Amino acid sequence: MFKSVYNWIDERLDITPLWRDVADHEVPEHVNPAHHFSAFVYCFGGLTFFITVIQILSGMFLTMYYVPDIINAYASVDYLQHQVAFGQIVRGMHHFGASLVIVMMFLHTLRVFFTGSYKAPREMNWVVGMLIFFIMLGLGFTGYLLPWDNKAYYATKVGVEIAASVPVLGPYIADFLYGGDIVGAQTLTRFFAIHVFFLPGALIAMLAAHFIMIRRQGISGPL
Amino acid sequence: MAHGHKSNEKVVYVGDSRVKRSNHPNIPPDYTSFPGKSEAFIPNFLLKEWMVGCVVLVGFLVWTIAEPAPLGYPADPTNAAFIPMPDWYFLFLYQFLKYPYVSQDYILLGTLGVPGVMFGALMLAPFLDTGKERRFYRRPIASSLMFLSLIACIYLTIVSWDHYQHTLEANGQIPEHHEREEKAREAAEAGEERPNYTKPAPVASLVDADDPAMEIAKQANCVSCHAADLKGQGSVPALTGIGDRLDKDQLVDVITNGRGGMPQFKDQLSAEEIDQLATWLSKQKVAAE
Ligand code: HEC
Ligand code: HEM
Repeated sequence: MFKSVYNWIDERLDITPLWRDVADHEVPEHVNPAHHFSAFVYCFGGLTFFITVIQILSGMFLTMYYVPDIINAYASVDYLQHQVAFGQIVRGMHHFGASLVIVMMFLHTLRVFFTGSYKAPREMNWVVGMLIFFIMLGLGFTGYLLPWDNKAYYATKVGVEIAASVPVLGPYIADFLYGGDIVGAQTLTRFFAIHVFFLPGALIAMLAAHFIMIRRQGISGPL
Repeated sequence: MAHGHKSNEKVVYVGDSRVKRSNHPNIPPDYTSFPGKSEAFIPNFLLKEWMVGCVVLVGFLVWTIAEPAPLGYPADPTNAAFIPMPDWYFLFLYQFLKYPYVSQDYILLGTLGVPGVMFGALMLAPFLDTGKERRFYRRPIASSLMFLSLIACIYLTIVSWDHYQHTLEANGQIPEHHEREEKAREAAEAGEERPNYTKPAPVASLVDADDPAMEIAKQANCVSCHAADLKGQGSVPALTGIGDRLDKDQLVDVITNGRGGMPQFKDQLSAEEIDQLATWLSKQKVAAE
């Protein structure tokens, strides 16, 4: 049954090469921890991706309850945390996952750096990687405000004040993030939009570029 | 390549679509042609990865159940005592900006100068470190710069965290999310409902507003400070709902002897009047409505 449906689609669209390309690419011995335990350092990229997927999924569920306005934001998080079935788990996964994904990304960056994998011909992938790095930090910064508790409020205030101290551009950045003169209703809706639409969109585009380049170039050879 | 197309292959389209007729054998390539113990990504490698992934996921779930994600009190822009604290991965920068020569007059150096050079160099690493050598111990400059930056970041993070802990201790504060959890636990142990910070406190109005005691309050000028409807003003607390906080004896004491900015009234009011006032104020409860 499944096979005949698959064949029916494949006959029309020839989808086999799409997944075979992913399935058949080889995992060389020097990156496979089953053969050399120390090769676990090559898993950090995959782990970062794994947790990024968790972040996206848990975040999607959080937005089912979260309300991005200053009167209800805190209440909706409180409700999520204490009333919604499995809310604590979903919020916990997103909260701690945010830290975990950054840890994994740091480790992945260090692996790439110390194995010299950023060298020719992989320069562009390193630059894309650094862009991902900044997007991730941006996600962390904007997400921190959303629960609208004191910690969120004051960290954002200090963060934007630091950005505002940059000459020339500073006031514009502050204006863009605040959406006014203070951390307030506008700031929260902006941060929500940036956290949920702008940055994840950019992240997915960058990840696609990252993975396409890895597939084309293959993993860097043994040292 | 596994799917190289031979140039002399005759292209057969399916119907009038541009998709070519598929003639893939669906057999994975034979990895013996690769050096070492290469294996296919799917399913060989991914199955093993998934087993590890499942263990990690279960561990993660247990963690989120054992340790609820923190939540403090609702944001209060007038709270001057709150110690701002960014998430841990920004601490190195936060701490860095507290040092002289990168703050105040030199803030430009702190926000753009040093981080700009550092992150710029990191971003352009492939174009700065162009040698062919990949092993880190054969790239002393790049590696030692990275090690130094790492140590600096870890050091700054630890100093920042320490500083935060000390400030908390000096101010006798505990982080709000701990306090909130603590209170929720106490409430649960006492069999009460979890304190709810999301509902605005119910606004108390005057109970028995035409009680003769109200006349005394007016004559003794309580209203000049506590406002005409006794709802309080500025730093003077409201007396509506006061019965929930203080009992009659405490009220007598505050009115008789004063407290802080509250003057004493033992010379202006007789004991009976104070008693009358206190009896009436002790009935000012939110629940009485
Ligand atoms: C000079 C202004 C002033 C006048 C007049 C005044 N109060 Fe007060 N009252 C205060 C201030 C200020 C406080 C807060 C004291 C503190 O911070 O401990 C206070 C506190 C109180 C409290 C304790 C409230 C609490 O929340 O713990 C009571 C009860 C009270 N006043 C009753 C009265 C009564 C009854 C009168 C009239 C007989 C009166 N006050 C007149 C300024 C005044
Ligand atoms: C969400 C964040 C990221 C994800 C999911 C991710 C994922 C991956 C994966 C799965 C690989 C394959 C090799 C491996 O697993 O180690 C890889 C390789 C690579 N990554 Fe990332 N990465 C991320 C961020 C970064 C960052 C921040 C950098 C550096 C600035 C970077 C630079 C590279 C480079 C240069 C390679 C090629 C390495 C080689 O061929 O040996 N990546 N990435």
